[in-house]
Amino acid sequence: MGGPKRIAEVIETSSDSFTSQCYTFDGALPLGSFVSVGNPSTYAVISNIMSGPLDPGRRVIARGSHEESEDSLFLNHPQLEHLLITRMEAVIIGYDGADKIYHGLPPLPPRLHSFVYTCETNTIEALTEQFNFLQLLTSTQSTTRDEAVASCLRQASLAHPQPREFLLAAGRALAQDLSEDLRRLNALIWRITR
Amino acid sequence: MTSESIHTPHPGTGPRRLGTVIGGSHSSGVDVKVDGDSSIEDIRVGSHVTIRSTSTRFFGMITDVSLKSTDPSLASQTQHSSNQLFIEILAGTTAYGVFKVRPRLVLPNVLGGNSEMLSKVRSVPVHFSPVIEASEADYATVFGQEDGRHFWIGSPLDIETKICLDMNTFVQRSNGVFGKSGTGKSFLTRLLLAGIIQKTDAVSLIFDMHNDHGWQGRDRERGLRPKGLKQLFPSRVTIFTLDAQSSLRRGVQFESEIQIPYADIEPEDVELLASTLNITDNGVQAVYRLARHLGRQWLKKFLEFSNAKDLNSLAEEIQEAPSTLSALRRRLERLERMPYLTKDSLADPLGSILDFLQRGTHIVLEFGDHRSLADYILVSNLLTRRIREKYIQWTQHAATTNQSEPRPLVICIEEAHAFLDSSIGAETTFGAIAREDRKNNITLMVVDQRPSSLDPDVISQIGTRIIYPLDNDRDIASALSGAPDSGELRGVLAGLDAQQQALVFGYAVPTPIVVKVREYGSPDSYRQLVDSAMYSASSSYDEKGRDLLFP
Repeated sequence: MGGPKRIAEVIETSSDSFTSQCYTFDGALPLGSFVSVGNPSTYAVISNIMSGPLDPGRRVIARGSHEESEDSLFLNHPQLEHLLITRMEAVIIGYDGADKIYHGLPPLPPRLHSFVYTCETNTIEALTEQFNFLQLLTSTQSTTRDEAVASCLRQASLAHPQPREFLLAAGRALAQDLSEDLRRLNALIWRITR
Repeated sequence: MTSESIHTPHPGTGPRRLGTVIGGSHSSGVDVKVDGDSSIEDIRVGSHVTIRSTSTRFFGMITDVSLKSTDPSLASQTQHSSNQLFIEILAGTTAYGVFKVRPRLVLPNVLGGNSEMLSKVRSVPVHFSPVIEASEADYATVFGQEDGRHFWIGSPLDIETKICLDMNTFVQRSNGVFGKSGTGKSFLTRLLLAGIIQKTDAVSLIFDMHNDHGWQGRDRERGLRPKGLKQLFPSRVTIFTLDAQSSLRRGVQFESEIQIPYADIEPEDVELLASTLNITDNGVQAVYRLARHLGRQWLKKFLEFSNAKDLNSLAEEIQEAPSTLSALRRRLERLERMPYLTKDSLADPLGSILDFLQRGTHIVLEFGDHRSLADYILVSNLLTRRIREKYIQWTQHAATTNQSEPRPLVICIEEAHAFLDSSIGAETTFGAIAREDRKNNITLMVVDQRPSSLDPDVISQIGTRIIYPLDNDRDIASALSGAPDSGELRGVLAGLDAQQQALVFGYAVPTPIVVKVREYGSPDSYRQLVDSAMYSASSSYDEKGRDLLFP
C-alpha cells in the first residue's frame, strides 16, 4: 500500500471545509472518503467532486464524435489532461492535537496549497471512534451530503473489527441528530444498510 | 470507537439500570425513557425502582409502560420494518419506550438504613437521573428484614428477596384480604395468621367456615392437603368445633364442642339473618317486641307456642299481626334444626374461649358440616358480640384502674360481606369493630371475594389491604377505594397473575407493593414457617410442633 498517498492540493479553504485540486484529471477519491491535509493534520470527508476546465473562460466542448472510445479521445488529445481539472470539496471533521485526534473544527483552516493525502485504516478507525463528526457532515447545505454520510460510514465500518455493530451505533447517533426529520433519517439509514 | 458506545453497557450482575428520567411531575409521576440497551419488554408494571437524583434516592413503583416516538410520522414509515438493522437503529432512539414511575419514598443516604429513616416524597428527581431496579438492600430498607416484628409474606416480582410485614403494626388496625375465588386467599390468610402467632402478642379468633385453617383442609385445585395452624403451632393454637362428629371423622385434635344456648340469641342476630332466613322487616320488628315481652329466653319460649290460639293471644299482647308471628315462627323453626343450639341455658361457650384467648392461645372455631351461611352468620355474630362486650368492659376497667389492657384480638371472618353488607354493615357488631374498636383492642381480618358488597364505611377503616386479582369493576373500585393513586394501582392490579400475586398497601407497609406470596403447602414451606419462629420476639418457637411435622 505504501502509506498515505498524496493526491491533491488545497486551493480554497475555510474553517469548516476546503476545496482541493486533484493532481490528475481522474485522481479523485470516492465520495465519503477520509483525507488528511497539512502538518499537523486536519481531517476531512469528501463531500462533493467536480470536474471542469482549468480556465473558466474556456468552455469544454465535445470532441469525441469521431473517436472509437473515451480512452482513444484522451489518447488523441493529450492536452486535455492539462486543460481539465478535478476538484474535491471536503468537510472538516477533526484535527491532530498535541497528543490525540480531536473531533471538531481546528482553530485555523488548512493552509492554501496544503497537500491532501489519503487516510490509512487505523486513522479512519480513530477518527470514527465517536460520532460527533456526523453532525458536521449532516448540517452542510450540499445536496450530496447524505450520500457522502452513507458512503463515509460504509467505508469506516470496514476499518472496525465489527462492521455491523459499528453501523448500528452510527445509525443510532444519526437517529438522535435527525430525530425530528424521520423521512431523511429513513432514507439515510436505508443507504447505510443497503 | 469505545466499546461502551456499542456494546451492552451494564454486563454486571448487580441491579440493572433501566432508564433515565426525562420528565414528569410530583402529581402525575416521573417519565423515564428506557435505556437503549434495555428492552421495554423487561419493564413490568408493579415492580419497584430507585431513582438516583443529585442528593436524594427515590423509591417508587412502575405504574405504566408506553411506546413513543420522536416523530409523529413514524406510523407511516414502516416500509423498512423487515430490515433488522434498521429496526435496531430506530429502537431506543426515534422509537423508544417510556415508563411511568410513581416515587413514593425517599431512601436514607446511608447504607443499612431502616424503614424509620424513610420520608415521604415532596419533590421530583432531576432530569437525566438514572433509574435502577430496586436491590435486595433497598427492599430490606423499606420493608424491613425478617426479625422479631417482621414476617416474611413473599417476594417482589423481579428479584428473589423477602418482603416482610411489620405484624405489630399490621394488627393495630383491621385488615382485608380480597380476591376472586381460587386466587389463594385462604393460604395467605393462614400465612398472616401464622405471622400474628409468631410475631405479635395479639391473639386471633378464626371463624373457620371451610374447616381448613385449624387442621389440614383440602385444596382441590392444587390437589394438596395443606396443614392447619394447630399442626404447625400445636401449643399456641386450640380448635373448638361446632360439629364434633365431623371433626372426629377428619381426625382433628379439638379442645371441645361448642353449644350455644337459645338464651344467647338476641334480636340483633335474627336481624342479621333476616335475608338468609327470609324474614321480613315486620318479622324483625316483631322479634324485638318478642324479646322485650318474653325476656332473655324469648326464642325458646316463642318456639314453644305451638298452636294457633296461643300464638294469636301472644300477637294480641305484643300488638303484632298474628300472620306476622306465625310466619316468623315458621322461619325461626329452622334454628331448631341447628344441633349446636341448645335449650340448656347453662351452656357457656364463651367462658373457655375467653380463657384461652387471654392466655395467649389462638382459637380456630370449626363449623364442621354446619357450613351454611346461616350457621356461620349466627355463630360468628353471636360469639363476637359477646366477646366484644367483654373486651369493652375489660379495656374500660383497665383504663380506670390503671391495669394492663386485654391482649389485642384479631377476629378473622370469611365471606365477610354477609356481616358487613352495605345495608346492615354499619349497625352490626362487626361494623362497630371495624369502625371503632381499635381502642378496645379488637380488630378484624376480613376475607372476601366481593368487596363491593362491603359497607364503604367499613372499607375505609381497613388499615392494610391485600388484594388478589378481581374481575368485577365494582369490586376493584371498592377494594382500592381511598388508596393513594387508586387509578394507577388499578393498572397494577390488572397485571397480576391469576394466582399467588397480590397487591399490598395500607397501614402496615410504607408503600404499595406487588408480592409473589410465599409458598404454603410443601414440607419445605412448613419447615421455613416453623423455623422462622426462631426470629420471634416471644418464646414461641415450637419444638413440639417441629417434631410433629418433621419426625
